[in-house]
Parts: sequence; C-alpha cells; structure tokens
Amino acid sequence: MSGHLRGDPRLKAADHAFFRGFDAAFVERLSTGALEGSYEAGDLLFREGEPANRFFLVFHGKIAIELAAPDRPRRTIETIGPGDVLGWSWLSPPYRWRFDARAVKSTRTLALDAKTLRDDLDASPKDGYQFLQRLLPVIAERLEMARIQILDIHGV
Amino acid sequence: MVLRPTFGHVPPFSPGQFNMLYRFGLGEVAISICGDPSRPDEIVHTVRSAGKITSALVRVAPGETVGVRGPYGTGWPLHPMEGKDVVLVAGGLGLPPLRPLLYELLAHRDRFGRLEVIYGARSPKDLVYYDEIQRWRVRSDLRFQVTVDTAGRDWYGDVGLVTARIPDARFEPERTVAYLCGPEIMMKLTAQALEERGVADDAIYLSIERNMKCAVGLCGHCQYGPEFVCRDGPVFSYRDVKPRMALREV
Repeated sequence: MSGHLRGDPRLKAADHAFFRGFDAAFVERLSTGALEGSYEAGDLLFREGEPANRFFLVFHGKIAIELAAPDRPRRTIETIGPGDVLGWSWLSPPYRWRFDARAVKSTRTLALDAKTLRDDLDASPKDGYQFLQRLLPVIAERLEMARIQILDIHGV
Repeated sequence: MVLRPTFGHVPPFSPGQFNMLYRFGLGEVAISICGDPSRPDEIVHTVRSAGKITSALVRVAPGETVGVRGPYGTGWPLHPMEGKDVVLVAGGLGLPPLRPLLYELLAHRDRFGRLEVIYGARSPKDLVYYDEIQRWRVRSDLRFQVTVDTAGRDWYGDVGLVTARIPDARFEPERTVAYLCGPEIMMKLTAQALEERGVADDAIYLSIERNMKCAVGLCGHCQYGPEFVCRDGPVFSYRDVKPRMALREV
C-alpha cells in the first residue's frame, strides 16, 4: 500500500514554489537528507499517530488529507497538489502526524528531513523567520477552510 | 423539472432570471431558470426539497400542472463579457442559475476569451448535472473544475473550497469578468479571492438570494438594503453590494 522514499533525489527544493525567493544556500542546507517520494493512487504517505519526521513538498499528483473517527468511514477533508506543502506536525512536539495522507493519483514529493529543518531553523533565525512567514499563510488558509467546512455552507 | 405551457407560448428569458412556481393550494416559491435560452419551447427548473412548497414541487409527476409567473429579475449582464476571459463560480445549488449563462457562452464561444468554471458542492452525491458536467469537463474550450467540501475514498476529485481553486484558475485578471452564485459567504470569499488576483470589483457579478413573495418589488419581503432583490436583482455588481455584504443586519 505504501509508496517509497529514496535518496539522491532528482527533485530540488529550490524548484518548489514554497521556497521561491529564499537564499539558495539556506535551501541547500535544508535539503540535506531529503528523500524523493513516489506514490501510486491509494498509497499512504503517512498515518495519524506516526512520527512526523518529514516536510513534504508536492511536485506532481494529488494527495488527500484524511480523518478517521471510530465507527465512521474515513473522510477526505482536503486535497493538495503541485506547489503545495504537506505537514507541519514536525515543527512542534510531540512530532506526531494528526491525520492520514494518501495519494489520490500518481504523486511525486520531496520529503525534507524534520530534524535537519528544526536544527537549521534554530541555527539561522533570520532564515527561520522567513520560513515561518511562508508557512503561516498556508496554515491560516487551511484553518479558514476548516472553519468554513464547519459552517456547512452548502447544507440545506 | 421541465415545464411546457398548457396554452400560449413560453416567454423568453435571460440567464439569471427566475420564475415564481406555484403549487396549487400551498403557495409560490422563486426558482431560478436553468434551461437553455435557445430552447424557447420549455421552462427548466432544478428544485431541491427544502420546505413545504419545494418538497411538493419535487413530487410533481409528468402530466401534472403547476402555476408559473415570470420571468422576473435582472439576469446576468452579458455585454461585459464580450472579448473577455469569463469565470463562473458556483456553490451547491448555485450552478442551476449559472447554467443558462454557460449555455449562452458555449453557443457563442468564439466571442469570449478563456472560460473557467469552478463548481463546489457539499459532497459528491450533492453534485447536480453530473452527466452534463462530465461532458463539459472533456471540452477543450472550457476548463470545468469540481471540488467538494468532504468526500469518501471513492472520490478521486478535489476536496476543498472553491476559493482554493482561484489562485490557479486560468484567466488574465485585468480582462476578466466573473459571475458567482451560491451561499453568500462563499460568494464573499470568492469575490475577495478574485480581487486578490486583480479582478476589478465592478467586473464581478453575483446573485443574491432573499425570501421573495411578490416578485415585482411591491411587498418588501426581499428588501436588501435600499433595493429589492426580486426587482433590482437577483444579480448585482459586487462593487455595489460589497459594503452590504459585511453587514450582518442586511
């Protein structure tokens, strides 16, 4: 069911929209230990509760963010695609995923190593601040989307 | 629901207009016309059971009779889209009022630039015109995106709000006209997202929904600020209603 991660990636973080405008050397440092991921439709990238040790940059395909509750079918609450990023549970303890991520179709990602990221963001606060400034709007947008979903605006 | 007159002829309508449908003994309700304007022989409505009258309307069987008054309302302005990129954004049952406009656009496709349709619904089972959407999605002269609020694993399409599709939509903002129909909060957020892309607020049109009774601007049930939705709308320029959309009291 799972895809695979492999070293020596051909994808480059600097080519991803998230890192547009960043210092090239900083992005290069963050990419240490990055793994390229290939997934087919149905493959799990990670499961809720597992260690959140990667920050995924999506280059191709589509990924479903899924939530499960006891006695209820698993629901997709959002899909993301090329240019999007996946996951920030690696940024703060307890470093555990809070949802499942599954490929909806053939998908390629670059998965940055969380420990490397945390260490580099700590070591370079200026770059780290820029990183968080880039990540915060993504978090805010997804929070707003969740709020609108709670309103169930299309309900009768 | 496809209606044909028991006498006389069907009056022509403009995309975006509505009829008052009367279920005898129960009352009237305003329903948008969702058929093809080039088919003047029939009146087409899409009705979702949501109250006493609409639940009676969805139970109407072939051969039965319903009362029709109309068409009423302003309709979507067609002249601003000549030569422009056109974006239609629909949420839920906001697609039916936009369907006649889409028919019109496709019938005169060479007169417009890019055509982008973004349609959002609560879940895959709530999508209307599913088969027709599949035909639209394979057209090369139209990009039709579908997204739902939530879905199971049997859905391979997008999940998320229509607003999330705006940044990647294919249009040139300075030469784009947008038409929005759906829940008011969805239209507000979509209009904001379009403005962020650079679309002018007077190039965005939306269809406002209020409780309509007389349909001719007399009873005041559908008052919307200084205007009546039935007479002065339901289609308004976003520039004109933007201040009102921020007020809870309107």
